[in-house]
Amino acid sequence: MIPVTSKFKNNRLKDKIFRWYGFLCTLTGVILLFIFLYSILAEGLDRLNFQFFTSLPSRKPSDAGILVALIGTLWIMILTTIIVVPIGLASAIYLEEYGKKNKFAAFIEINISNLAGVPSIIYGLLALEIFVRIMGLGRSLLSGALTLSLLILPIVIVATREALKSVPNSIREASYALGATKWETMWNAVLPSAAGGIFTGIILAISRAIGETAPLVVIGAMLYITTIPTHPLDDFSVLPVQIYNWLSRPQKGFIENATAAIIVLLGITFLMNSVAIYLRNKWQSKVKW
Amino acid sequence: MQQEPIISVKNVDVFYGNHHVIKNVSLDIFPNEVVALIGPSGCGKSTFLRLLNRMNDFIESFRMNGQIYIENKNIYTRHVQVEKLRKNVGMVFQKPNPFPKSVYENVVYGLRIQGIKDKKYMDGIVESMLQRVGLWNEVKDKLHQSALALSGGQQQRLCIARTLAVEPSIVLMDEPTSSLDPISTATIEELIFELKQHYTIVIVTHNMQQARRVSNKTAFFYMGELIEYDDTINLFTNPKVDLTHKYITGKFG
Ligand SMILES: Nc1ncnc2c1ncn2[C@@H]1O[C@H](COP(=O)(O)OP(=O)(O)OP(=O)(O)O)[C@@H](O)[C@H]1O
Ligand SMILES: [Mg+2]
Repeated sequence: MIPVTSKFKNNRLKDKIFRWYGFLCTLTGVILLFIFLYSILAEGLDRLNFQFFTSLPSRKPSDAGILVALIGTLWIMILTTIIVVPIGLASAIYLEEYGKKNKFAAFIEINISNLAGVPSIIYGLLALEIFVRIMGLGRSLLSGALTLSLLILPIVIVATREALKSVPNSIREASYALGATKWETMWNAVLPSAAGGIFTGIILAISRAIGETAPLVVIGAMLYITTIPTHPLDDFSVLPVQIYNWLSRPQKGFIENATAAIIVLLGITFLMNSVAIYLRNKWQSKVKW
Repeated sequence: MQQEPIISVKNVDVFYGNHHVIKNVSLDIFPNEVVALIGPSGCGKSTFLRLLNRMNDFIESFRMNGQIYIENKNIYTRHVQVEKLRKNVGMVFQKPNPFPKSVYENVVYGLRIQGIKDKKYMDGIVESMLQRVGLWNEVKDKLHQSALALSGGQQQRLCIARTLAVEPSIVLMDEPTSSLDPISTATIEELIFELKQHYTIVIVTHNMQQARRVSNKTAFFYMGELIEYDDTINLFTNPKVDLTHKYITGKFG
């Protein structure tokens, strides 16, 4: 009797200690995030005025703005989505629903997991060689979007596969039993059922892409450019590159600009992540298997 | 009045890998009959049922010998269009499995697959099929709401309506009421009774009372063999094989 009780007590104590330890760890992260947000907001919020959003870069900090970088980021978002969605979906569908049992698919699968772990600057080097030099796309928006597509393709594939996996087999059976082919089953039953998870994955991947700096600097995104890109083959800059550029200047005014641009970038990322979370919850409450 | 059988199974064996799960089964089913398949768990009822619309084709290790004729056509030849077969031989599953779409879209799913776009026609099918399964009054105001919001029994009737919408001549049901409450079960049993005017029905059930209530004929399977196949009344009141007698009186299974 006695040893059992004391062991029991012991476990309860451990449980308690762990609970506090875990709580403190969680708190550390949250507190650091708040300190970071506070210092950024305190420094940059004043700079966020109309002029800042609508001005081209300038040698004078107070005249400079993020217009070029913001439009560049929007371009990149759109182009990357256009490139990555069809390729990512097709790959995921192939791997999950068609190529399940063959060696080739298994080989690809291992490599996709590996790709997800490759540092982003390596993608930049690869892209510099392939897109900028061999394909001759130059330091264009298109090169940038292709680079980032490559970077987030594994994320999109993995997320899509997870979403497809979560669609129960009974849905596929229902569709087949009504005379649908595999293709029709994919398009009419499986993909719509997995849509929530797929959208969430795509949005999170894109939001990761628009925060990337290194690979774009490698392929030659412009550190200083005063023309707004109007064509996928135009030169460009994006917010993180603009931030990086401003942070490397000595003047205090540029540091302030950089913090303000960080707020904008964070705002976009938070917004996208909120949409992703909203979609996930909405789909989860609608689709309870 | 000897008609042609609508389903004719001849000397069928099924293997999953080396596992012999259906052993030399032959049986004929006539139009507008309701045939119940009974037997202990694992005896091959579902496997047998799924032979009839070739749903076992998806299982990698599945192999089969013998012939199955549906409306006088061997359905296990290379020339058979499996999709066409499945339109003609509908299936209702054990657990209701509506698509996460609206009630309306669930019913017209098979029509859309066939490329039908005529809205009036589809509206008509939706109403008549939901009427047929006795669901129309309950859902006519919720046609465009998610089917997942319906109760289990309503979902199962919706799944039946969805199956009927593609105008099959045969409907297969694999324990269609086993996940439902007694009231929903009774509703579906009544429905089966009415459906046999229009369709031939093959139903797997674990419930002897259900088999007695809804079927004209009953097939008793045991370890992959068809032990006895007879009119339901005969099989339950006067079984010819001792094993059947033991099973229906609950001595094993
Ligand atoms: N996909 C499969 N792969 C391998 N063996 C299978 C598969 N499905 C079923 N079996 C085996 O085939 C035999 C018959 O299974 P089946 O599902 O047809 O039985 P059942 O009579 O429907 O049982 P229950 O009443 O439990 O539903 C069982 O021994 C089962 O283990
Ligand atoms: Mg079964």
